[in-house]
Amino acid sequence: MVDIKIEITNLDIWFDSTKAVKNLSLKIYANEILSIIGPSNSGKTTFLRMLNRLNELESKFKTRGIVKIDRKDIMKMDVELLRKKIGMVFALPLPLPLSIFDNIAYGARMHGIKNKKKLQEIVEQALSKAYLWEEVKDRLSTSAFKLSGGQQQRLCIARTLAVEPEVILFDEPCSGLDPISTAKVEEAMLKLKKDYTIVLVTNNVKQAARVGDRTAFFLNGDLIEIDNTDKIFTNPSDKRTDDYIRGKFG
Amino acid sequence: MNSKKSQKIAFFLLFLATLLIVVPVGLIVVIIIQKGIGAISWQFLTDIPRKGMRAGGIFPAIVGTIYLVTGAIVFALPVGLFAAIYLSEYAKDNFLTRMIKLAIVNLAGVPSVVYGLFGLAIFVIFFNLGTSILSGSLTLGIMILPVIITTSREALESVPYSFREASLSLGASKWQTIRHIVLPNAIPGILTGTILGLGRAAGETAPILFTVAAFYLPQLPKSIFDQAMALPYHLYVISTQVPNVDENIRYGTALVLLFLVLFMNLIAIIIRYQFRKQKKW
Repeated sequence: MVDIKIEITNLDIWFDSTKAVKNLSLKIYANEILSIIGPSNSGKTTFLRMLNRLNELESKFKTRGIVKIDRKDIMKMDVELLRKKIGMVFALPLPLPLSIFDNIAYGARMHGIKNKKKLQEIVEQALSKAYLWEEVKDRLSTSAFKLSGGQQQRLCIARTLAVEPEVILFDEPCSGLDPISTAKVEEAMLKLKKDYTIVLVTNNVKQAARVGDRTAFFLNGDLIEIDNTDKIFTNPSDKRTDDYIRGKFG
Repeated sequence: MNSKKSQKIAFFLLFLATLLIVVPVGLIVVIIIQKGIGAISWQFLTDIPRKGMRAGGIFPAIVGTIYLVTGAIVFALPVGLFAAIYLSEYAKDNFLTRMIKLAIVNLAGVPSVVYGLFGLAIFVIFFNLGTSILSGSLTLGIMILPVIITTSREALESVPYSFREASLSLGASKWQTIRHIVLPNAIPGILTGTILGLGRAAGETAPILFTVAAFYLPQLPKSIFDQAMALPYHLYVISTQVPNVDENIRYGTALVLLFLVLFMNLIAIIIRYQFRKQKKW
């Protein structure tokens, strides 16, 4: 791993007067899966939503520090282009109130693709990459809400892939899913790593161990430790990391 | 008192309240149909009033009311909807915005005669539009704006926030999100507001009194700058200003007004139903 995809330097994030992320610096390499673990309220999701500037929707949000993607400051980028480049999959499956086909084609359409054939291609490719094509190819025009929870989450992954991002942010993507659906989502992530950089926020420590190349441990807005996943899970440098992984708190 | 007994009493009171609403509405409809149906004929619906409004038909008033309601909606729906979109999607939640929202809610409670005077001062005199369909439509439009804005805002805000996040996270712009995700899912609620506004615009007398309504005008308006008769005002005139008008002509006029409003509501309800059927969640 050599290429640095995202570089965060001295990042602080406040909501109102509460500091959610404190003086955070870290690098995310291209084509790795970086897992972020930590108890609730440790700033994991806030950090993730910083990367695609979704925090800006909150009026009480303030930030200081620099986040660069491909050496470009994200605050100076066009926000729509940034979000096209950095896709996101949310904690709960969030299909749009459209058909399966239109859900996947939505992003492409918003970015100006009108050609029907091209759209069909995009939809098929994205659904295949998310291992959903075989299950839904005969009912693309039905509502996305008719799918099961696990299928909906894979639909959301496919929808993110359809806009051709370079980075994908997963925000506890399996928190509402059964073990089999979780395994399918994890399988998809491992395959996607070849072409994408993945940041995975998870409450499930075992999931971080299963899929993460590196793992970062957040606590109360501080980055306690970041290292190769093997190292974090066998021989962490900080006692608090060890305690959290062993389930002593959180 | 045990829980079974209090349950029964609560049920009885709630049921009684519902009955109290239904009975007067039912009676109004029954009495108006009973007394007015005798007057309804092809001639009554398509002829001009004759013999000092004691005979003939009410066609000019029907046409006038349709013009006025259409004009009011054409003006108030886009303006109200755009204002609602601004207030719910773009305006920052600060003191000024809260004041504007409060003012709009309060405007809905302003007596209609005040709107009438306002219309007279602004449209008829200041903009020099004269007593005309245009002045009347604009006055009615201003009167129903608060209803349309308030209901449209509620409809927009009831679209789950998560849909907006999902759309924005794909790189859609804010306007694209509103246009393709928020608005289509808010249309049923917006139409509800339109229905309410429509009914009110059709039935009010005071706002059109000074701005458009003609006492007796046995011909159809030729342009939006003409005066026109209108059903509610015509009803008022033949009920109080003209002696010896047959009862069934008065009730017949009321019946026509009632059914005109119901018919327009029905159209809006059908449109709303079509949109609800498409709803995917």
